[in-house]
Amino acid sequence: MSAEVTIAEVERVAELANLELAADEATRMQRDLNAILGYVDQLRQVETSHVEPMAQVSDLFADAEVAGHGESLRADALRPSLDRADVMASAPDTDGAFFKTPKVIER
Amino acid sequence: MSESVGPLLQKPQSIRALRAAIAAGNTRATDLAEGYYARIERFNPQINAYLALTREQAMEQAAKVDAQASQGDPLPSLAGIPIGVKDVLTMRGAPATAGSRILEGYLPPYDSTAVQRLRAAGAVLLGKLNCDEFAMGSSNENSAYGPVRNPVDLERVPGGSSGGSAAAVAADLAVATLGTDTGGSIRQPASFCGVVGVLPTYGRVSRYGLIAFASSLDRVGPFAASVQDAAEVLAVLAGHDLLDATSAMRPVEDYAAATVQEVKGLRIGIPEEYFGEGLDPEVRAAVEAGIDALRAQGCEMRRIRLKHTQYAIPVYYLVATAEASANLARFDGVRFGHRSKSATNLASMYRLSREEGFGAEVKRRILLGTYALSAGYYDAYYRKAQQVRRILAEEFQAAFAEVDAIVAPTAPTAAFRLGEKSDDPLAMYLADIYTVTASLAGICGLSVPCGATSTGLPVGLQVLGPHFGESAIFRVAAGVERAMNGA
Repeated sequence: MSAEVTIAEVERVAELANLELAADEATRMQRDLNAILGYVDQLRQVETSHVEPMAQVSDLFADAEVAGHGESLRADALRPSLDRADVMASAPDTDGAFFKTPKVIER
Repeated sequence: MSESVGPLLQKPQSIRALRAAIAAGNTRATDLAEGYYARIERFNPQINAYLALTREQAMEQAAKVDAQASQGDPLPSLAGIPIGVKDVLTMRGAPATAGSRILEGYLPPYDSTAVQRLRAAGAVLLGKLNCDEFAMGSSNENSAYGPVRNPVDLERVPGGSSGGSAAAVAADLAVATLGTDTGGSIRQPASFCGVVGVLPTYGRVSRYGLIAFASSLDRVGPFAASVQDAAEVLAVLAGHDLLDATSAMRPVEDYAAATVQEVKGLRIGIPEEYFGEGLDPEVRAAVEAGIDALRAQGCEMRRIRLKHTQYAIPVYYLVATAEASANLARFDGVRFGHRSKSATNLASMYRLSREEGFGAEVKRRILLGTYALSAGYYDAYYRKAQQVRRILAEEFQAAFAEVDAIVAPTAPTAAFRLGEKSDDPLAMYLADIYTVTASLAGICGLSVPCGATSTGLPVGLQVLGPHFGESAIFRVAAGVERAMNGA
């Protein structure tokens, strides 16, 4: 897995992440990603074939304990929520009811 | 400014003493708040801890406390106590930048649960505190609003990411502050600045209103000048919240009571892996002196092994960046924050807004996380990291079957100089080598001051406890603190 990340891969990942990188920035990121990925490569030394992945802290607790540790959903009931005007006050562009963006489809 | 403002480095009065003085009418909460704003005005330009002040709402709250006190009404537990809030937590009426240009000018329309609980307890919220951008950093040099400087030595970093929160307490620009910790961001700056910083168990304090970095790791916790003050603030913050599905329902213990219990008979684990290569000899000596002090107070010391510790940094930087790449997708220029003026269509608006708004470290972590989650690499990186995460967590669970708490250094060195590590991301990541494992496991921990190096830089001793074992770590930390104070 320690194959070097190429500039083309950095650019592909940047595109997936909706990031724009300047040319010198892409080179710097390539260098840093390779250094970091080289370091994380040591994880291959750990035997994990029988280990379940842990995504959340509550994965550590038996089912009966989980309720006391959170991970339980609240009742599906109506509750007051944020005022629309308050939310729209922070929007870069709005007509008061909706967020406005540049055109999505060119025709 | 008057002489009474005092020196830059100064210890705040205790919450208990301030509360008594306010209740007795000897101190007015409004005067106390004015005094803090005078100190902030005088010293903040040197350390850059505060990004925004909320004087109007603070004075309003202080006046309310004074009115209650003058009527002899019972006062809530933090009535009139001046507290600062890390800028990754929302606070109504104040900007929330998360240390990023992308949120410049954003005014969140709601309080985070932690802030709402402080308000309800009568706290006077002074303003918002500087931090690394989106809490990504270990030196506070990644803030878009300039670095925070360590009040102990202005040429040195305060640690990060909650650098402003730690520095503000060290310089008495707040009695206590809120920070957040994803991989060490409360404990490491507490160690560098010589204050107490607490990482509560995952689920103990609600994350609602915390601008998310890595949701399975992010936690909110207090900084204070003493173990007891930290315990009192955590007691206010802790408890179940309907607005955070990972918030725990377990009852909150009386943490302040734990700080006055003697430590005699507690079993303390000393993990070999936290005292190996890379640990500064002066930090080691200070921490070993702390361990000796606990032994002298009757703790039973046990050598333990946490054999997979070396894998914690690689696991952390895969899990945290993967979660960050998803969480930070919301910053797209649509609903809040910066929108690029150069955009010509929706796709370019997303890309240019993010390019202009995010700093280099944030982009680096988004790229790494996106890479680790992308097709063909998911199993090798992200899934593998999650598997080793479980091994690390279970190693702690096994250890806590044998010991009540674990003691170790908080960081491998004392505060380093500004610029010393800022060009080498990997070297910076290693500053978290003793803190990330507890973050991954979800257990609680704290850093308590434990002496200093020969040049006077503070050293922090880290106390780790099992899930929801906060009382035990407060008890141990208070034992260390008593020894340091010569009691």
